Amino acid sequence: MDKPGLDLDRLRISLAGSTLLEVTHRVAPGEVLTIMGPSGSGKSSLLALLGGFLDPAFDFGGRAICGGVDLLALPAHERHAGILFQDALLFPHMTVAGNLLFAMPASVTPRSEREAKARAALADVDLVGFGDRDPDTLSGGQKARVALARVLLSRPRMLLLDEPFSKLDAALRQQMRELVFSRARQNGLPVVLVTHDEADAAAAGGAIVRIGGA
Amino acid sequence: MLPRLGPPLTVLVLAGPVLAGLAGTLLPAFGYLPALGGHDLSLQPFRDLANEPGIAKSISLSLFTGLASTALALVVVAIFTAAWAGTPSFRRIRHLISPLLSVPHAAAAFGLAFLIAPSGLIARMVSPELTGWTVPPDVRVVNDPYGLSLVAGLAVKEIPFLLLMTLAALPQSRLDETRRLCAALGYGRIAGFMLAAWPGIYRQIRLAVFAVLAFATSVVDVAMILGPTTPAPLSVRIVGWMGDPDLAMHFKASAGAVLQLAVTAAAILLWIALERLGGRLRERLADAGARMPRDRMLASAARAAMIAAALIVMAGLAALAIWSVAGLWQFPHALPRAFTLETWSRVGPRLASPLATTLAVGAIATVLAVALVLLCLRQEDETRRRAGPAAMTLVYLPLIVPQAAFLFGLQLIFLLAGIGASVTALVLAHLVFVLPYVFLSLSDPWRAFDRRYEAVAAGLGRSPREILLKIRLPMQLRAILTAAAVGFAVSIGLYLPTLLIGAGRLPTITTEAVALASGGNRRVIGVYAFVQMLLPAIGFAVAIAVPALIFRRFRAMRA
Repeated sequence: MDKPGLDLDRLRISLAGSTLLEVTHRVAPGEVLTIMGPSGSGKSSLLALLGGFLDPAFDFGGRAICGGVDLLALPAHERHAGILFQDALLFPHMTVAGNLLFAMPASVTPRSEREAKARAALADVDLVGFGDRDPDTLSGGQKARVALARVLLSRPRMLLLDEPFSKLDAALRQQMRELVFSRARQNGLPVVLVTHDEADAAAAGGAIVRIGGA
Repeated sequence: MLPRLGPPLTVLVLAGPVLAGLAGTLLPAFGYLPALGGHDLSLQPFRDLANEPGIAKSISLSLFTGLASTALALVVVAIFTAAWAGTPSFRRIRHLISPLLSVPHAAAAFGLAFLIAPSGLIARMVSPELTGWTVPPDVRVVNDPYGLSLVAGLAVKEIPFLLLMTLAALPQSRLDETRRLCAALGYGRIAGFMLAAWPGIYRQIRLAVFAVLAFATSVVDVAMILGPTTPAPLSVRIVGWMGDPDLAMHFKASAGAVLQLAVTAAAILLWIALERLGGRLRERLADAGARMPRDRMLASAARAAMIAAALIVMAGLAALAIWSVAGLWQFPHALPRAFTLETWSRVGPRLASPLATTLAVGAIATVLAVALVLLCLRQEDETRRRAGPAAMTLVYLPLIVPQAAFLFGLQLIFLLAGIGASVTALVLAHLVFVLPYVFLSLSDPWRAFDRRYEAVAAGLGRSPREILLKIRLPMQLRAILTAAAVGFAVSIGLYLPTLLIGAGRLPTITTEAVALASGGNRRVIGVYAFVQMLLPAIGFAVAIAVPALIFRRFRAMRA
């Protein structure tokens, strides 16, 4: 049966024989699973495993099922595991609108429809009129909002967040948390958040898994 | 799937011709070449070689000029880096020196010759006011018997190359911290760098230094233009025997090529001995705490040497340009009485065919090289394993083995395979030399790419092919085009490969220019050398302009 949400079943990452982490949890749509731990504990590796770009030096086991699909059996580009990093990583050789159009599935046609959707996405994150801008000229907060709009436009199955708020200044951080988590809820996306910031975990309001010792 | 072919194909291109060529040179050297009547192995070719007049002098010339120019260039680069790394001066001089890399060796050599000759630009500028000369003095400066102008001509091109290699190694040397530590201990800037940071840097650039040394001991075109003539360095004589209409000379030429291999090997061994000595000296100085706090004079001297190298090349190129448009130009006038385009219009039509060959071979070899390097780098991406030290030695292999030593054999193999003196053979021969430089140029920028961009794109649902074509390649366009420009420049400047593999039937701008060297017609030489210098410059201009144009409205792409 296709259960909605993300099902992590004894998902395990090990290096040279020793297990770094093991997680078993069901993340409901719109819910956030927070993974907390010190630097180097391997928490980013969990996201890498789910996203499909884990370094071959690591071994892994267990299963990750999302919407009835066995994620680990798919190549990275078929998993639709939208990822937000610390840096917005907007493609520097495309405009803001270009970044959004790149993310949109090819099934959205014709071009006027695609452009309309891109404009709507920008309006949704309060960036009306920013379509034609060079991404490098945006502020940190604006870049983060474009990155969020971009990943939502790709119709992901889930969201992977790799400390996405840590480079924002404190005032923006709370705004972005609310924006990201509310959009995830609206779109019914299970979220895995990796962070070392307790405030992130509190705002996420979901289960917390701590790894790597104290 | 396709990237998996990258490394094996690259190994084939790098090592195949070298090893096969060595074998093809080795056999005739010992008398075995059925096509020319050599059916038995014998030492006769070597005996003929030993009986050549002045052979010992030729050998010592090759050794001396090779070792001296490499040592000179290395010392200048090392002291300059020691004294000035991290300062605005360093950046300025680095920008001054970098374009020199694209000047082909022959053009730089011609420029130097036109500059320092008794009737050259320098003599004209200071005569008769400072020297009292109204006719050029009867002194052999160019083609001097000790090889000093050859040493100079090699050093001015080796300095930019070694500086570039040093710059690449610098970030890993933790320069700032080392310098601060040494300064706190009371060491002068130069002493601190040479004793603490240089050993680590030298280890990184060692293969490049060997490549420079190998080139300097076996170079043909620069030696023909600037080197002594009776006797000439070994490499020049070998090419003479090779081109001799008496085919029996082929055996002697092959023996000569084996000798060249031995000479270059001897130079490298001597250099390694010098390394050991240098290492011991460094230990002594470091243990004795030699601080050399007052090193301003040495620092200024090093900077002056760097600037001089740049000025020499540029002034030489200017001299080429002036000669190409010179009307009547008598000694001791500093500039021609009249300017004319007559030489250009006379020589122009003759340029068309060699120019077409040069461009075609250069373009094809470069495209193939870039494709192979990209395949190798993609394979590195996919296996997350970087090419190790063994692979780097392979990359440098065609640059360290003297060209003569394997090109003779390669020419033979191409002839037997039926593609002798064809454009295909020439492209393959050029590829062997272009590939290492393209790899060296592209690998660092490629590996420095932030692969999280690819992770983001994959998360958005884009296929690997889309990610490569729409994200990775556009973002790395400038690095790729720059590497292509480097490869193109290398191909333009190749002399011996074109001469031998083309068997004289596929002249390029470079082979035509060097052939004119003995003629002494400065106006015609000026035209050819100027064109030879222009071609790589155009390549680099395209490499800079195309990305700047395509991505002109994106600030981050211009960084």
